This record gives sequence, C-alpha cells and structure tokens, in this order.
Amino acid sequence: MVNIYVEISKYLIIIVMALYTFCNFRYFSVTDKTAADGYCRVQRRAVIILQLIAYSVIYLKTEDPAIIIFFLAQAVFVTVYLKLSVVFYKNISKLLLNNICMFISLGLIMLTRLDLNDAMRQFVIIAISAVITWVIPLIVDKVWGIASWSFLYMGAGLLLLLAVLFTGDVTYGAKMELELGPIAFQPSEFVKITFVFFAASMLGRSVDFKNIVITSAIAALHVLILIACRDLGTALIFFIAYVVILYIATGKKIYVIMGGGMFSLAGVFAYRLFSHVRTRVAAWLDPWSDITDKGYQIAHSLFAIGTGGFVGMGLMQGMPQRIPIVEKDFIFSAISEEMGAAVALCIILLCLGCFLQMMTVATYMDMSFYKLVAVGLGFEYIVQVFLTIGGVTKFIPSTGITLPFMSYGGSSILSSFALFMVVEGLYLIKKNEDEAFMEEYDEEYESDE
Amino acid sequence: MSLMNKKKDDSDSGIKSRNLRNRSNRSILHITYAVTVVFILLIAYFMYFVFVQSQSVIGNTYNPRLDLFSERIIRGAIRTSDGVKAAETVTDPDGTETRSYPYGDLFCHLTGYSTRGKTGMESLANFYLLSSHINLIEQARNDIFGVKSPGDDIVLTVSYELQKAAYDALGDRRGAVMAMDPKTGKILCMVSKPGFDPNTINEDWDSLTAEGNDAGQLLNRATQGAYPPGSIFKIFTVLQYMHEHPYDYESFSYTCNGSYEDTEGNVIRCFGNEAHGEQDLYEAFANSCNGAFAMIGRETDTDSMKKLCESLLFNSKLPIELPYTQSKYTLSDSDSNFVKELTGIGQGNTLVSPAHMLFVTSAIANDGVLMKPMLTESIESAGGETVKRFKPEEYGRLMDASDAAKLREMMRLVVTDGTGSAFRDAPYEAYIKTGSAEYENGEKTHAWCLSFVPASGENAPSDIAVAVIVEDGRSGGSTAAPVARQVTDAYFSFLKN
Repeated sequence: MVNIYVEISKYLIIIVMALYTFCNFRYFSVTDKTAADGYCRVQRRAVIILQLIAYSVIYLKTEDPAIIIFFLAQAVFVTVYLKLSVVFYKNISKLLLNNICMFISLGLIMLTRLDLNDAMRQFVIIAISAVITWVIPLIVDKVWGIASWSFLYMGAGLLLLLAVLFTGDVTYGAKMELELGPIAFQPSEFVKITFVFFAASMLGRSVDFKNIVITSAIAALHVLILIACRDLGTALIFFIAYVVILYIATGKKIYVIMGGGMFSLAGVFAYRLFSHVRTRVAAWLDPWSDITDKGYQIAHSLFAIGTGGFVGMGLMQGMPQRIPIVEKDFIFSAISEEMGAAVALCIILLCLGCFLQMMTVATYMDMSFYKLVAVGLGFEYIVQVFLTIGGVTKFIPSTGITLPFMSYGGSSILSSFALFMVVEGLYLIKKNEDEAFMEEYDEEYESDE
Repeated sequence: MSLMNKKKDDSDSGIKSRNLRNRSNRSILHITYAVTVVFILLIAYFMYFVFVQSQSVIGNTYNPRLDLFSERIIRGAIRTSDGVKAAETVTDPDGTETRSYPYGDLFCHLTGYSTRGKTGMESLANFYLLSSHINLIEQARNDIFGVKSPGDDIVLTVSYELQKAAYDALGDRRGAVMAMDPKTGKILCMVSKPGFDPNTINEDWDSLTAEGNDAGQLLNRATQGAYPPGSIFKIFTVLQYMHEHPYDYESFSYTCNGSYEDTEGNVIRCFGNEAHGEQDLYEAFANSCNGAFAMIGRETDTDSMKKLCESLLFNSKLPIELPYTQSKYTLSDSDSNFVKELTGIGQGNTLVSPAHMLFVTSAIANDGVLMKPMLTESIESAGGETVKRFKPEEYGRLMDASDAAKLREMMRLVVTDGTGSAFRDAPYEAYIKTGSAEYENGEKTHAWCLSFVPASGENAPSDIAVAVIVEDGRSGGSTAAPVARQVTDAYFSFLKN
C-alpha cells in the first residue's frame, strides 16, 4: 500500500506545483486586488499541502516520528511568517513572500530526505534569517540616508572580501569562508548586497564621466579580489550586475558592449590561467570520456535528472545521495530526480517570476538609487539561478554556485532573505506612496461633495 | 521675475527627469526581455535533455540508479535476429538469478559480460534490459505484491546462423570476421577469436588478465584490433591516384619484374616475388602489384591523401557504439620517400580496424553512402510486443558515386583476374580486395579480405559485405578470402531456406 501512495504522491506533488506556478503568473495579469489576493491564498495553501504530501511520504518510508514534528514546525512557521509579515507591512508583496516559502519548503523537503539533521539545522537558520530580515523593509522605507552611504558600503564590502582573501578557508579550490568563532560564513554572500547599494548610490547621484570611472574602478576591485579568491562564479555575478546597473543608470548601450568584450577577454584569461576553469569546461564539453574524475559531478547530476525523467522517481525512490555536493550546488538535480523535471520546470519558472517582479518594482521607482538597487539585486538573483541550474543541467559549464533558498548553507539563506526583503522594502515605498495619493484623492473627492 | 524663472526651471527638470525615467524603464524592459529569452532557451534545453538526450545518458554503466531497477525487474534477454537467446536470466525456484550465456564464447564480444562490470550489449542496452513494458495492470500488481516484472528483450541484427558460420570458418585461428548489410547498416555477424566464456568471467578473470597472457581474449578484434592494412589499403591509394589524374589514370602503366627499387636503393617486392609484367591501373590493383603502388605512393600529394583518408574515417570516430580503436594514418611530407612508398602499399605506419574497413567496403557497395551500423533491431517486451524498432539511417556519404563505381569495377577484376580466386566459381557476383599485411619486420603476415556481394537474383537475394582478418594467416587470397567466401555462402543459403 505504501508503494501505491508513494507512486500517487508523485503526481499530486506535480499537480500542486503546477497550480502554484499557474497562480504566480495569473497574478501578474489581474488588476483586481481581491482576485489577486485569492491567488495568493491558493498559493499559501499549496505550500502547506505540498509539505503535507512530501513529509507523509518521507514518514511512511522512514517511520521516524521526528518527521511529523518537523513537518508541523514548518507548517506553523510558514503560516505565522506569512500572516505576521502582512500585519507588520500591510502593503508587502505577498507573491514574493509566497515564493520564498515555496523555495525553502522544496529545499527542506529534499534536505530532510537526504539528512534530517542538516535539514533541522537549515530550518533553524531559516527561522532566524526570517526574523532578522523582517526589519529590512522598514529600514529601506523609512531611512532616507541609505541612498548616500556609498563609502560605508564600499568600505564594508572591500574589508570583508579582503579578510577572506587573506584569512579565508579554501573549499573546493576557492577561498570563500571566514571563521568567526564556531560559525563559518561566506562574506561574499553579504557583499553582494553592499556591492549593489554601493554602485546604485554612486551612479544614482551622478553619471558624469569622472564618477563613472571612480565607481567602475572600485567595482572592478571587488571583482578582482573575488577572482584572486578563485570564487569565479560570484565574481561573474558581481560583474554582470554592475554592467547592468551602469547601463540602466546611463542608458548607454556601449557599456553593455564593453562589458561583453571584457567578459570574453576575462573568459579567455581565466581559461588559460586557472586549471579548474579548464577542468570545468572540459567536463562541460564531454563529461563522459572522463566520467570517474573530471566529468564525475556533472555526469551524476545528469544521471539523476535523466533517470528521474518528467515525473520523477518519487520521494525516497531515487539515489540523490550519489550526486556529489548534492545538498549545495546540486540540490536542483536531486529535486528533479525525485520530484520530476515537471517540478524542476516549475522552479525555473518561479525563479523567473521573482525576477520579473523585481524588474517591475524597478520600473515603479522614481528615485534613481532605488531603481538601480532593484535592478542590481534582481540581476544578482537571476544570474545566480541561471549559473546554478544551467551548470547542473550541462547547459553551461558549472560554476559551483548555490540555488537561493534551496541549497544548504546559512550565509546563502540569510543573504537570499536579505535580498528579497530589500526588494520588498522598495515595493512598500511605492505602494505606500500610491496609498497616500489615493487617500489624498479620496479626501479631495469627499470635500468636493 | 526671478520667481517665474525658477518655476520654469523646475518644470523643465521635471520633464527631463520623467524622460529619463521613461528611457531607463525602456532599458529595463529590454534587458528583462533578454533574460527571458535566455531562460526560454534554458527551459527548451532542459526539456530536450529530459525527453530526448537522457535516453542515451541513463543507460551508462556508471549510473548507479540502474541497480535500483534490478531490484524490481528481471533483466531481459539478448536475442539474435533468428530468435536464439544469446544471453538470458534464469531464476531458480529459490529466487536466485543467474545470467546465462547458453552459447559460451560464440557471442562473447557482442553480448559482453554482466557480472564483472558490464561490457558489450549488456552495457549498451543496460537500460532497455532493465525496463519493463508488460501491461500496466500486471505491472501494478507486481509492484503491490513485490514481485519482479520481466524486463524487455533486445533483438540483435546479428543472426545465430551467420555468427556460427563465421565462428566455424575462422576455426582455431586468431582474427576477426564482421559482416553487414550495406543497404541498411545492419551488422550481420561479429566474431573475434580467441574469445572467452562470459558464464565464467569471474573465475577466469585472473588468467585472462595475467601478465604472461598475450592472447587478448577480452579484446574485440573486430572493432578494437589495430592492424597494418597491407594491400587492402590500395583501395585508398588508387582512389587518390584517380583523383590526382582524373583524365589519364587509364593510361597508367608500370612494368613489374617482381620488385621495385627506388632511386635511394630501397627495394619493395611483390608478394612471392611474382613478376606481373606490364600492368595498367586496373591490373595492378587486381594483382595487388606492390611495385606499381609503391611508385604511386611515392608521388602522391601527402596533404590531399591525408584529407582523403580522414574523410574515409581515418583518425576519426567510427559510427559504432562498441569500444573501438581509431584507425591511424599519419603520412606527411616530412616522411622519407621509402615510408611514402611503404604507405602506398599499406605498410608504413598506417593501422586499421576490421570494422573500419568493413564500413568503407559497405560504402563502396552502396554507391558511396555509409549506412549507420546497427546492432539492435528492436526492443520487445516480455509479452512479445515491439516496444521500439530501430530504423536504418544514413551515416553519410564517404565518396562520390562515380568513385564507388570505379572501385567496384576494380574489385570485380580482383575476382575474375586477380588474387580473388576463392570467389571465382561462386554462384553470385562477388567484389573483393585481399591483403597480406607484413608485421614483425616482414617475418609474418596477417591475411585480409574485404568483400561484398550485391543483391542479384535468387543466388544472392540480399547484399552482404564482409571483412576478415586472420592473424599470421600468410596470404589474404588463400587464407582470408576462403573465410569470407564461407560466410557469404552461408548467408545466402540461409536466406534462401
């Protein structure tokens, strides 16, 4: 009987995911607020139902009662987080919040299936991050000074990156982590945000040539330190985000073309200079001829996705633990293996949906600084998603980047929360303005009567 | 006045900032489109991988998930095109499964083994053998009760009859026989000797891989053998000569007195020191006159010859899924004249596999077009239904139809007037090229024969091309050609019945 349930649950999960994704895109096309709220409500329930189905399967397969408690904790967390967020911020974007909850749920389901202890640790980090980052929209909305602290952002960012460069630990050939007592964290995850704030505050102030040169030089310094740490994936994310910010700030296509040229040159140099770049390109071109060594990671990722197929093997039915570093870089492959490429496809669409919403927020913004922050953070997010998913599916060479909200790792989680909450803050500015305008309008209307 | 001016400035800058905002929003829209397009490509690729590419990926023996399947499915059988089981899984009453190869070493390199890693079809068709396509109700019932479902069978293009004929014809000698249908690309037999017994691969492993063992039983000589081609390489040399002399190759003339001495004093002898007398290009090919071809080799343009060889699958991948050795052709302008002469007659540094030579022969038989070699005819469920049927596909054109026609004319002459006497009295029209390739400094020779017979009436109702190599077999005409003849005869007699 358990087998039949597991088999059926596979399809139920796909249906729930498809429904959730449908609501996400339907939301964009409705203007009526109550209808939009309806879609958000469906989404919220879909998250809880997905958790219920997934954890019931895991429980039936493992018969570990801790799973039930863990499920209840998550269901309560998601419900409370979503409700309280609306209490604190009446006009917050529910769609983005729902997506955060969907992503962390999918990540936690897969982690629980891989290692319950890791999943619980991750859950604690998620809860803490959620609480800490609640304050961010308030700061973004109320503290006007944030647009002018460019040297603070620069100082903090460069200091953190230099600290990694000189004292960091080496993992997978790259220097990424800094140890603070018992906690190891990845500063680059946080510098991501200060970097965008820095570039936006500099270029939001002025786009005269001198200012562009200074800003570009400091931005280049960030990227060069990352390259020196051999954290090339993150360096690429910073680079693309900066080029886009510069383009939006100046409106000149020449910067995009120059950026493309520099990227090509840097690519050639990186290929010549770094052996691990050559290894990854070789593994991308042909993972099969050196399957036991260079092609190992990508081949096992493709085995997982391929064997899972469109509907997946079913939770607890596959072998995601056989993919190297599955809980971090390759979480997408694990999800695709057991929940199916259908669910994986929904994830891609949802990530794109988040990006589209961030860009919409960017167009709402009147002040150049806010606009550039939204664009910069949106690009950092979507480039990271693209590098991860493109890498594990062999669409592009792998870069060893995590998938926001889904991959295991505290720094990644906290920084993803922070990134989304900054965007929520920008969204609030706009909605609060609109509301104030409407109230004013209503008052005038009333007084006319 | 100043107040008014200020007001005007304000509204100006208001318009300016609104324009700026519109412009930057347009830019945002453009880059958003660009990202969306990139993601549509990513999604398209992802779906292509899941639905199309993954089929060939997941069958890889390094995929640990296939072991999961074997917990739910009884491995299917490998059957020949005439219905004989070359490999099957036998389940004892107590549930123990044994992979059995009823014909011992007859199909060993083709089926491969499956109990010490997987090779051959056991590896290539692994995924199919572990997939079950019995009807869904039965499958669901098996799932619920925890009973294993029977996996699909794969049906080879190779027939038991022809495989046996080739196996017998080769006898105890080391070598390989491989045949295919030039019109469809179906591999009809593939024998390599000495072989091994896949039933006892684990017990025999140590002796098979022992240091002193030079028999190479695990090596599939048909695809992995790398031999000097000897005179069969004259097919390539003559083709190049005709390309270099498109209008006057027919007036080629060489007087053979049994050996050729070049200006540097190197001597190249014809097989058995036979003096062929005055030879035109056709006669030189039919008699396999080394003197004539050494002279051609010396004068050949090395660059265009290398290009020709590479277009005929030298130094390149072969369209076959089994492990193989790439054929090697390396002659360049910096080589000495003697090496050029040797290369012209198929000695030199050139190395070829029998499979490669078979593919070229098939292309000659099929007007220059090579069909993609096929090993699997279809996949059948345990219930006998066809799950998947593989269709013949063109691999590509290796040479012009007119070149193929000229080569056919020459290869026919080998049978009627030259070294192909083994086929002279055959009841069908055979086209062949023999070769005797020297190795170990000319002390020994491998015997080669490439042949094909096109469909013609009831004596030869279908096409067949055969490649034979007999190691240390002395002359191609007297050792390898009779093997090819026996296989071809068997094919037609078996077709007629």
